[in-house]
Amino acid sequence: MNMNDAVFIILGVITLFGAVGVVSFNNIVHAAISLVISFLGVAGLYFQLQAEFLGLVQVIVYAGAISVLIIFAIMLVMDRDPARTNLTHKINRWWGGLIAVLFAVFIGLAIRESQFPVQAGSSSSERIGQLAELLLGDYVIAFEIAAILLLVAVVGAIILAKGAKDQ
Amino acid sequence: MMQKIETLFVDLADWFITWLQGWGIPLAWADAILVVVQFLCIVAIVLFNITILVWLERKVSGFIQERPGPNRLGPFGILQTIADALKLLTKEDIIPSKTDRWIFRTAPILFMTISVMLYIVLPFGKDMQVVDLNVGLFFFISVGSLSTIAILMGGWSSNNKWSLIGAMRSVAQMISYEIPLALSLIGVVMIAGSLRLSDIVAAQDNIWFIILQPIAFLTYFIAATAELNRGPFDMPEAEQELTAGAYTEYTGMRYALFFLAEYTNLVAVSALASTVFLGGWQGPWLPSWMWIIIKTYIVLLVFMWVKWTFPRIRMDHLMSFSWKVLIPVTLVNIVATGFGLYIFKGIGG
Repeated sequence: MNMNDAVFIILGVITLFGAVGVVSFNNIVHAAISLVISFLGVAGLYFQLQAEFLGLVQVIVYAGAISVLIIFAIMLVMDRDPARTNLTHKINRWWGGLIAVLFAVFIGLAIRESQFPVQAGSSSSERIGQLAELLLGDYVIAFEIAAILLLVAVVGAIILAKGAKDQ
Repeated sequence: MMQKIETLFVDLADWFITWLQGWGIPLAWADAILVVVQFLCIVAIVLFNITILVWLERKVSGFIQERPGPNRLGPFGILQTIADALKLLTKEDIIPSKTDRWIFRTAPILFMTISVMLYIVLPFGKDMQVVDLNVGLFFFISVGSLSTIAILMGGWSSNNKWSLIGAMRSVAQMISYEIPLALSLIGVVMIAGSLRLSDIVAAQDNIWFIILQPIAFLTYFIAATAELNRGPFDMPEAEQELTAGAYTEYTGMRYALFFLAEYTNLVAVSALASTVFLGGWQGPWLPSWMWIIIKTYIVLLVFMWVKWTFPRIRMDHLMSFSWKVLIPVTLVNIVATGFGLYIFKGIGG
């Protein structure tokens, strides 16, 4: 086993243990922090695949921002027993298990059907350039629509939180 | 002689590699060991530097408030910090009974680890960089953003309302100010054409980016002050109303770790400012690693000057300042830089 494999196994174990922690912790904040560990493991995997940019996006967006958002949301709206949503719940765990199995099957099928062409020789900074050209060139409309969608969601959230004033 | 001093640390690293290979260790492993050693060196430098910084901060605040500051232990009171550190180390480590033990314990360690990780990409001199990542600047920002989690963990696990309010404020502030921080660096990236920190330093061969991007430097400085939770933006700690914010329940060395990490972050942000805006390690006569120290300390002194001069800003003003002033200004700066570059390139070729 060389160094590359060892790093891959360590990162994989971190990611999987984090993911298992998310569903098995009784305390929902512990679950959220476990999710951060899982995200960081995935970021490490990106780094190992020499996709530094994607790895850092994973860190800043998921581990840095989304997880904080999740923790905030939990703290603000937690008004019922968090044990309703985890493995220890009597009924919900069967539904959860069913959905998880279906999801795994479909993702597995999708991966089996897809082709992943490997382009050799392009350096990491060239790949960032290609990514930028795709996002801001070929797919710019989809990109901008996603941005506007997020903006609308933010404005909507603010109005819901503050309550729209009557004219 | 000058040449020797200039390449002192690079030569040391080369010598270390050959020494390791002399023991029959393959090059790849020797490189890996070198990275670990470099990381340990960074930790040692950071810890040593902080004893000076804390003393400096107290002296500067004393000077601004017209009092002597620490002046009993050693010449000019310079041994005061060491005495304080020893006191903190020997203090009882109290973990309140209603806390979430695991998270309470890991939060300060995580905060410190993240702060030290920022130094991996910083160029300390010519060829003196632990990892010259091609997205170095982005690494700095995205790893820095993780520290919000550590603060939230500390504040939440303390099970104390002041800690939680402090942590909430701190996280809200850090997330809001991360945006202008990143946006103000984009102007520089556009001119340098790279996120690699060594390329950004090389691009300042003729002219420092503080001259080309004065507004970006100003917005970076303001946003960085808020990111560091330093005065006048120190609402999360606000001693008079929240005791110590997220750190209220921490004692002894755990508290000291948070404290250390804040200074570690301060040095990292100042070093980034001098790398990105003040020409990095480039400078005449002195060796390159001396220049980065001098520039970093100048930025540090300005941070201290600002902290002890301005009164604290109210929380809602703080948030609206970021969203209504800083972000629009940085966006306009990016557009102006774009136009400038377009025109400049049109004239040049």
